[in-house]
Amino acid sequence: MNWTFFHRMASPKWFYDFSGRLLPWVGMLALGCVVIGLTWGLLFTPPDYLQGNSYRIIFLHVPAASLALTIYSGLAVTAAIGFIWKIKLADMAVSCLAPIGASFCALALITGAIWGKPTWGTWWVWDARLTSVLILQFLYFGLIALREAFDSRETAARACAILAMVGLVNLPIIKFSVEWWNTLHQGATIRVAGESSMAMEMLIPLLTSIAGFYLFTLFVFLLRIRAEILNREQNTAWVRGLLGANF
Amino acid sequence: MKAVRKQRLMMLLLVTCGVGIAVGLALIALQQNINLYFSPAQMEAGETPVGKRIRAGGLVVVGSVKRDPESLLVRFDITDGEGVVPVQYDGILPDLFREGQGIVALGQLDSSGVFLATEILAKHSPDYMPPEVQDALDKADPDMSKNSEDAAP
Repeated sequence: MNWTFFHRMASPKWFYDFSGRLLPWVGMLALGCVVIGLTWGLLFTPPDYLQGNSYRIIFLHVPAASLALTIYSGLAVTAAIGFIWKIKLADMAVSCLAPIGASFCALALITGAIWGKPTWGTWWVWDARLTSVLILQFLYFGLIALREAFDSRETAARACAILAMVGLVNLPIIKFSVEWWNTLHQGATIRVAGESSMAMEMLIPLLTSIAGFYLFTLFVFLLRIRAEILNREQNTAWVRGLLGANF
Repeated sequence: MKAVRKQRLMMLLLVTCGVGIAVGLALIALQQNINLYFSPAQMEAGETPVGKRIRAGGLVVVGSVKRDPESLLVRFDITDGEGVVPVQYDGILPDLFREGQGIVALGQLDSSGVFLATEILAKHSPDYMPPEVQDALDKADPDMSKNSEDAAP
């Protein structure tokens, strides 16, 4: 196995240059997918047989909820790698991912409440799915707060990595909560294995929207980590050279 | 892998697995408290307290809904395929309430086995389709109507 690619990727300078070239493409693709997915889903798909038009918030709710989980797993794995191999870039990534994940988790909770009121008849119920996602929200807040609580960057990175890994336990609970317990929240609609229980003309715009929000997340992440790299590496020769050229 | 890295990896795995096992055991111990509602089968078997505020969940039995013409009072049966429990409710039902649909009711069981509900929430299945598709399904097989299988507790 050739490890040079990983070593190169862990270099802030290389990552800064590489992400700079990637950024406009990711941004354009994200904008395209989000606009197509949301316009198609909100305006042109047929209404649902049972919920009518109120189901359309799914085109926002599902991408947000899916990202809240995916970002957390990515964050935890990155934090663990940074913890074991002491990679600076990994900790930068963790500090950039936490606020993005927290935002999507909050969006999932808010859109869920707005959807719940007209369909279920309530904004909130303490069932296993809703409660475990609320815990995920607090894990994100905890990660952000914990980082600010330390003066030393190394100590903060270590503490955040351990919290992130411990919080990983919550992810399968969220995913399988609707199967393990009686909940008000329904089960999964999109299934990786087997057939999804959604008509094709609704599923395709939903998948487009999900892809768009994933790309948007990558775009925001790259923007943030580039700023973080410049901030943390401001005393290195390459950043001085880069900024010097612009001053 | 260098020894110090292996040590950090082991420490991380140990902490995560330890917390995982602890949380898993706690969840198994709290199983009954985490369930949002009791099923009709549990209620018929007498596993539920009488006169205490609990939630009951099940599918509204097709043909069982009886509305009082003078008031908002409504009576219907809920089932999970194994047990049937009569529910009585005086209030505004959610829009999604219909026969064959899953509901979750908050209230208490009286001594005669009737569930007196103070709040009714509608549960819906994870199926989404245009109305025409549902109409076609209903026509093809009237017994399978309303796709309620996934909403069952």
